Amino acid sequence: METNGSASVKDREAAADDQSHPLDHLLRQDRLPHIWCSGCGLGTALNCFLNALIKSGLDPDKVAVVSGIGCSGRVAGYVAMDSFHTTHGRAIPFATGLKLANPRLKVVVFSGDGDLIAIGGNHFIHAARRNMDMTVVCVNNFTYGMTGGQVGPTTPTDARTSTSPTGNRDHPFNLAYLAAASGASYVARWTTLHVRRLERSLTEALLKPGFSFVEVISPCPTLYGRLNKQKTGLDQMQYYKEQSIIRHGADPRQADIALNGQIVVGKFVDLDKPSYLELQKG
Amino acid sequence: MTAKGPLCGEFFINGDEACAEAAISAGCRFFAGYPITPATEIAERMAERMPHVGGTYIQMEDELASMNAVLGAAWGGAKAMTATSGPGFSLMMENLGLGIITETPCVVVDVQRGGPSTGLPTLVGQGDMMQARWGSHGPYEIIALCPTSPQEMFDLTIEAFNLSEKYRTPALLMADEAVGHMTERVVIPPAESLQLYPRRKPTVPPDQYRPFEGGANGVPAMACAGEGYHLHVTGLTHDERGYPVTTDPAVQERLVHRLIDKIRNNRADIVRVESDGLQDADVVVVAYGITARVATWPIEMARAEGIKVGWLKLITAWPFPEDLIRQLAGRIQAFVVPEINYGQIALEVERCAGGRARTILVPHAGGDLHEPHVVLEAIREAVQVSNIKSQMSIKT
Repeated sequence: METNGSASVKDREAAADDQSHPLDHLLRQDRLPHIWCSGCGLGTALNCFLNALIKSGLDPDKVAVVSGIGCSGRVAGYVAMDSFHTTHGRAIPFATGLKLANPRLKVVVFSGDGDLIAIGGNHFIHAARRNMDMTVVCVNNFTYGMTGGQVGPTTPTDARTSTSPTGNRDHPFNLAYLAAASGASYVARWTTLHVRRLERSLTEALLKPGFSFVEVISPCPTLYGRLNKQKTGLDQMQYYKEQSIIRHGADPRQADIALNGQIVVGKFVDLDKPSYLELQKG
Repeated sequence: MTAKGPLCGEFFINGDEACAEAAISAGCRFFAGYPITPATEIAERMAERMPHVGGTYIQMEDELASMNAVLGAAWGGAKAMTATSGPGFSLMMENLGLGIITETPCVVVDVQRGGPSTGLPTLVGQGDMMQARWGSHGPYEIIALCPTSPQEMFDLTIEAFNLSEKYRTPALLMADEAVGHMTERVVIPPAESLQLYPRRKPTVPPDQYRPFEGGANGVPAMACAGEGYHLHVTGLTHDERGYPVTTDPAVQERLVHRLIDKIRNNRADIVRVESDGLQDADVVVVAYGITARVATWPIEMARAEGIKVGWLKLITAWPFPEDLIRQLAGRIQAFVVPEINYGQIALEVERCAGGRARTILVPHAGGDLHEPHVVLEAIREAVQVSNIKSQMSIKT
């Protein structure tokens, strides 16, 4: 119920009692409030995912969320579905076993850049290669947030982190390119600014057979942002607004992200090719 | 191979093949693995046979993936197994711990070979026994079985599945290359005649179910994904709801203590040995795996010399038969422990003997079986009266 400042105290009090949120039925109420920082993009990413799940029409009782370790990995603990918070980097093989043992499940992997791409990198490319039947959502905040903001495989060159104090010398992975090159049948990238487009891509990804990958560029104001001149979540959202460019069908090879540079977003890959399970029937 | 279901009858197959067939007979319908000598034949047999029984074989990109896929499959409702050797076993350690804290039933086979490191890929070793007990970090108990023949590769794989389901824990089959690659007669009973322990499902609705609350024997009922129970399963320390609680030592104590008691308090059901001649023994040879078979010949020779020597074969290496060793130590002179390593189970024997009987380790670095005369000499030495009972001596 909406209320405005001029409503009577009684009306405002009555409104304040209605604390429910449209996504309450998909969240573990007894685990809230969540642990994420103010300005973190994970709340938005989770919100878009749950809305996409509703729009997809999938039965939440048949959805399993598998995560790894990190701030993004904590998503598994907040969804009121079968959820598995596994070890660092190993969400994808766990999800593989889960799906193959019970193909009626819709298996979603929800994790972060360090977890999925560094320690989990090998599993990521092989699952994409197999076009394994799962949706993988990678929340990419360019850092290892949970452990204090270390450099990771997606940290832009020259960025400062707690383990690259004089600037990152490495070149980062371009996750959209990596996923596409490995064989994913669906690849999209959005930032947490693009809530409606992200939700739409997530819906498509959830309904797509095979390995569907959605990269979500997300702020980490507490660590990455603070060390790289984007102190608040809003600062990073401002950066996304100024530097994002939507290019559906773009060649992911042209979508590298430089420090505070352009972010190419959109749906890059949407192929019709047999998924792992479809191939087994042959 | 024309069989389309579990096998039944008499076969002349090797230990690895028997292990795969046992898994099928036990109802295993998911195998994830990675090639590694001398366990590869298990994967190859499963690759061929899983489709025959409507199961899944997947060759993962490494052993870390294999262990995790097995855990995932178990939570998807399947009986799941993987098989490896030393180097792969090491890679599986972290996620074995995930299986332990999440109480995931599954079977992990280690066909031990010469180590450490790459070691002797094609030759026997028994050097992973302590790793089987303590290889993953943190405090925990584990169940590990040691087959001494292809027949036991079959029988104990069935047992491993049963124990893993009954106690909601990964169960290890600590085989060795000698047994894995040995071809011998294996009798496979009809699958329907096997006593299989079914996964215990919850009998209450989702809002009343506590997925990590121990039942009467400390073991929780297990709902799986897709059954409407909306489980949360985490490797973090968790409460009875499965929710992580990482700031309260009392929750850690409750969880870890229950996990440990789950195995320790059920030792009478889990621990198995086979023995001969213990009742009037002066010396007892304690052995497991292929070495338990090797030991029978020197024991025969020693008995012919008039030495009263007993044979104690460990079917379960873990939990270790502490009570039996303690009891024997009170009335014998010495234990002789031949093993293909430089002292692992011997340490347990010595610990439990508590200084009341000597422990004589007969080591072997790996690559071959013990020569009978070396074990015989250790038995002879064991009956010599000695005042130094508390120190383990090593027969070189």
